[in-house]
Amino acid sequence: MRLITHNMLKCHVKNCTDPNQQFPLRFKEVQLEQIEAERNDEFLVRMLPRLDWPALLTSTKELGIALPESVPASPENDDEFLQALHTAILETHVKEGNMVCNGCSHEYKITNGIPNMLLAEHEI
Amino acid sequence: MSRPEHIAPPELFYGDIEAKKYTSNSRIASIQAEMTLRAVELLNLEDEGPYYLLDIGCGSGLSGEILDEDGHLWVGMDIAPSMLEIAVDKDVEGDLFLQDIGQGMGFRPGTFDGAISVSVLQWLCNADKTENRPRYRLQRFFSTLFMSLQRGGRAVFQFYPENDTQVEMIMSTAMKCGFTGGLVVDYPNSKKARKLYLCLFAGQAAPGDKQI
Ligand SMILES: [Zn+2]
Repeated sequence: MRLITHNMLKCHVKNCTDPNQQFPLRFKEVQLEQIEAERNDEFLVRMLPRLDWPALLTSTKELGIALPESVPASPENDDEFLQALHTAILETHVKEGNMVCNGCSHEYKITNGIPNMLLAEHEI
Repeated sequence: MSRPEHIAPPELFYGDIEAKKYTSNSRIASIQAEMTLRAVELLNLEDEGPYYLLDIGCGSGLSGEILDEDGHLWVGMDIAPSMLEIAVDKDVEGDLFLQDIGQGMGFRPGTFDGAISVSVLQWLCNADKTENRPRYRLQRFFSTLFMSLQRGGRAVFQFYPENDTQVEMIMSTAMKCGFTGGLVVDYPNSKKARKLYLCLFAGQAAPGDKQI
C-alpha cells in the first residue's frame, strides 16, 4: 500500500465516527519498500487538494520521511517539492506492519503489502 | 450450471484452486478484459487522466492490469485472499485491500474519481451467513462508496443479477444512498452475450453533506 492511499483511509468500524480519532490510522512496527514509479506532475498537483497535509506529515514523521511543513504557493513549478511528494506518497510502500485506529483501537494488519480490513461481528 | 454465489461465500469459493483456474482461463480473462474496458468507458472520464480509481472486487487483478495499461492509479479490494495473492505475484501496480464490501469502506469524502466493478455485485445479494442481511450490507456498501467518490464521479458495475427482484433491491438501495443513474444493457437480444452495467452517479452535492 502506497502512502497516498493511507492518507485517504480512515477507520470504518461502524461506531467509530469521531473524525479526529478515526483518521489518520497510526502506523505500528511497519516495514517499508521503495518502488520506483513514473512521476506525473499533473496527477500530483490534481491530487494535492485531496491530501490531508497535516495527516500526511504525522504519518511520514512516524515513518521517518521528511516533507515540507506546508505546500508551497505554486507547487506545479516546484520541482524539488514535487519530487519529494512523489517519492513519499507514490514510491513508498508499506509491506508489513499494523495500522491502529486512535478512536477504537482496531488494528488493521498489513501482510505482504495487503491491509486486512475485515471487521469483527461487533464492529459492523 | 449452478451460480458460484450459491455454492459458497466468495472467499471460500475462490480458494487457491478456483482462483488459479479463474485467472488462467483465457476465455474468462478476455471476457473480463472486455467488460473492464466497457466499464471504464462508461465512467465517462473527461480526458486521459491519469485518475485515481477504485476497483471493487478486484480479484487477481485482471481488471487492474487494464487500468495499469491506461496509466490510472487504482485501489482494489477483494474478500478472497487467494485472488489477492495472485495479484501480488503478478506485480499489479494498484494498492490491494482484503475487504468485505458488505461491511462498507473507510475512505475520506471525495477520494476517488470513479469506481469500477466486474462480476461482483451479485455476491452481495447472497445471504451466505445468517448475519449477512443482504439489504443491510448493500446499504452499508453503497452509502460508504457514495462518500468516497468525488461529487459527479461515477461507479460502474458489470454484474449478473439472478432476477428482477435483485436488480430492484440493488437499484433502490443505491438510490436511497444518494446515487442516481440506471442500467445499460449491451447486446440485449443475445442470451449469451447480453451484459448488464449498473451506472451510478455520485450526485452534485458538496462533499460531506450526505450523512449515512
Ligand atoms: Zn476506529
